Amino acid sequence: MGEVTFLDVSKRFSLRVDGEVHQVQALDRVSFTVNDGEIVALIGPSGCGKTTALRVAMGLDPSTGGRVTVDGREINGCGHDRGMVFQHAELLPWLSARQNVMFGLEMKGMRGQLLLETAEKYLNLVGLKDSQNRRPHQLSGGMKQRVGIARALAIDPKVLLMDEPFGALDAQTRETLQAELLDIHARTGKTILFVTHDLDEAVIIADRIVVMKNGRVQEIMSVPLKRPRPDLGLVRGMPEFAETRYKVWRALHDGATVH
Amino acid sequence: MVDIANRHDKTVTAEKRETVERRPVPRWMITLASVAALLVVWEIFGRRINPVFGSYPSAIAVAFWELAVSGQLWSALYESLRPFVLGYALAILIGVPLGLFIGGFRIAEAALGFYITAGYAMPLVALVPLLILWLGLGFAVKVAVVFLMSLFPICINTWLGVTAVPKTLIEVGKSFVAPDTVILRRIILPATLPYIMAGIRLAVGRAVVGMVIAEFFTTISGLGAVIINSANNFDTATMFVPIIILMVMAIGLNWLIGFVERRVAPWQAEISGRDRD
Repeated sequence: MGEVTFLDVSKRFSLRVDGEVHQVQALDRVSFTVNDGEIVALIGPSGCGKTTALRVAMGLDPSTGGRVTVDGREINGCGHDRGMVFQHAELLPWLSARQNVMFGLEMKGMRGQLLLETAEKYLNLVGLKDSQNRRPHQLSGGMKQRVGIARALAIDPKVLLMDEPFGALDAQTRETLQAELLDIHARTGKTILFVTHDLDEAVIIADRIVVMKNGRVQEIMSVPLKRPRPDLGLVRGMPEFAETRYKVWRALHDGATVH
Repeated sequence: MVDIANRHDKTVTAEKRETVERRPVPRWMITLASVAALLVVWEIFGRRINPVFGSYPSAIAVAFWELAVSGQLWSALYESLRPFVLGYALAILIGVPLGLFIGGFRIAEAALGFYITAGYAMPLVALVPLLILWLGLGFAVKVAVVFLMSLFPICINTWLGVTAVPKTLIEVGKSFVAPDTVILRRIILPATLPYIMAGIRLAVGRAVVGMVIAEFFTTISGLGAVIINSANNFDTATMFVPIIILMVMAIGLNWLIGFVERRVAPWQAEISGRDRD
């Protein structure tokens, strides 16, 4: 199981600009649910609160109102039931790829032979078995993010939280990793909540798309594309893809819903 | 036909010339040339000066030989190195954890930070008489002076290093539910290592100065004694021997620390591309 629910989640913080204190409402009573095994994309213009929502769900930032639950249990800080994939992978530069994956597992209390085997298994899953002894600066951007994904998956969380995981990659690498993420999802059935500013990415990967604006959920849309989606090139050519993409685009641009 | 063949040959050699890698002059060669140039200039101009007011390399070399043969140099060096090594090692052992503590905890920073900043600017020379009152004229006071001179740069650098650790790396630890102590030991400490090593390097120079100051003010002994005694006898060439030895020692230590740094934090040199040559 792995069901994440946002219930009236709000987040305010003060920002001091030129001596004046501004109150910023980063999240304003955000409510939505990510069902078990589902992939949901959070999309919206920068500053809309999508990353804040993800950080609140991870437990890195506290909310100032409402609550987030995982399988009905309210979260309180970070936990092994959620795995975070950071925007720039954020691998520890002094550790090899394998040691980076092992770090998360060790924090969960895993030791010995099992630790080594589990780390290798997940590096294998992201196709990095041969590069497991390289340090982060010896890996390309795409490989780094694969390690980041392996590190989060290895602790076997109920939910994978991803903060613009492919945003910093070049277009070609991004497409490869999108396909790999879908493949990993098909194999592990993990619940995934991911933040993106990329329209195509949201439609290609997600089952549902949550459009955010000014800290509020503006609209939640279903993507009428069936799973599995093994050939993303084919998906891009489907009329449903174009229609959904256009609907999300409209929602982002003027808030008007197209039916 | 011949013409074409010739032309073809020319392009081949041109290509070859481009692919031949130009090897840069090795570092040690540049350093050696620099030292040689300095010695030559010093020798030429030093000889024209009254030997009381200055000296020159060959005279210093002779003085070095005499000190070395008489055994005076070695006993003085040993006398000096004992408090130096102990004081410097203590400064590392205490300065690094203290810096980590101050940088890692907000309360510690507010409660202790300004003592460290103030301590760095402390005019230690003025305080040596007081230290003598407390610790006497012997070994302990020399250790204390070396320790106090080198503690602050090590501590401050470590502290600054902690504050420079990217917030996101700490968040990685938090998101995997690492306890604070684990975050400090496994994320903050390695991320701070380059700063710590820089602080340890900076402290070498200060520790050497501290050692000589201590020898001037307390029991006249060690290399400091050789300096003072020969200066009092207007034997300028002999006076330069320990001074140069101390400077060479500082360079050697600096190199040693760099070597250790590449061993304990190899990723840093690899990232900055300074792991070669």
